[in-house]
Amino acid sequence: MATTDPHAHDHDHDHPHDHGHHHHGHNHPHDPIEVSEGASEYEIMVHAIKELLIEKGVITGEDIRKTLEFMDTRTPALGAKVVARAWTDPEFKKRLLANGTSAVAEMGIPMGDAELIVVENSKDVHNIIVCTLCSCYPRTVLGLPPDWYKSRNYRSRVVVEPRAVLKEFGTELPDSVTLRTHDSNADMRYLVLPERPAGTEGWSQEQLAAIVTRDCMVGVAFPKAG
Amino acid sequence: MSEVANAKFAPGDNVRIATANPPGHRRVPTYARGRVGTIERICGAFPNPEELAYGFDGLPKRPLYRVRIRQTDIWPDYKGSDKDVLELEIYEHWLEKA
Repeated sequence: MATTDPHAHDHDHDHPHDHGHHHHGHNHPHDPIEVSEGASEYEIMVHAIKELLIEKGVITGEDIRKTLEFMDTRTPALGAKVVARAWTDPEFKKRLLANGTSAVAEMGIPMGDAELIVVENSKDVHNIIVCTLCSCYPRTVLGLPPDWYKSRNYRSRVVVEPRAVLKEFGTELPDSVTLRTHDSNADMRYLVLPERPAGTEGWSQEQLAAIVTRDCMVGVAFPKAG
Repeated sequence: MSEVANAKFAPGDNVRIATANPPGHRRVPTYARGRVGTIERICGAFPNPEELAYGFDGLPKRPLYRVRIRQTDIWPDYKGSDKDVLELEIYEHWLEKA
């Protein structure tokens, strides 16, 4: 595998870094749970390994810079374009649900080593994404994950009490809706295809993409027409 | 990813995730161990992450499945619809027929 591969398995194992964080006294779901002061032991290890890899000629500083440059081009706007196209192009939607990886590749979005599964919301089914083991996230489609996605609070609670967590995001699901919680614990990455909201009839793909937020594609919110 | 030539399980099959606590890098969350679910889909064959983690090549590739488990089968006091499910990815060597 090329070391320049920017999407090289992004299980960014932020394994328990229990060092010196604050636990805030309140419980706002958007607050990062882990706040570190100064370099943690794991950050120091990452820097040491990076320096060794460069010193031994496995990767170059240029490779790292290019990877960061590529990641800077990844934003939720890419995922929003995918969703807007799926809402307006039934054939594309079929391909997207059958094979997410190849469908986003059609739009010039690479998945790297991981595979993409797109899960569809409807009036009867809602989907929500988590990675309980680390913070796997469809980074090439949505960019870097938000702090709350990586927090231990979200990761541990959303599998046990997903409806309570959703409520904290302002998303209430009636019991008649089946909730599917997806733990991206291995090689697949997940993107939620939200339901197209009423009141968007006749909208262009650009207009539609503008209302598809990152949170909608992780499954903690619904897109709204106005 | 590669296609799976000889998948042991097919979508719809009932499977039990092993109850085991081997040391090392494992990608089976503890909450899922020992649980019974159904195969939702075959994801393909991937290098074994339990080997990759220690610098081995992870070959031969192992079949990976998505397993769907009822939330009420994982958490006896689960609050929500009986129909709510949790889905996660489990390698074949962690699964047995149920």
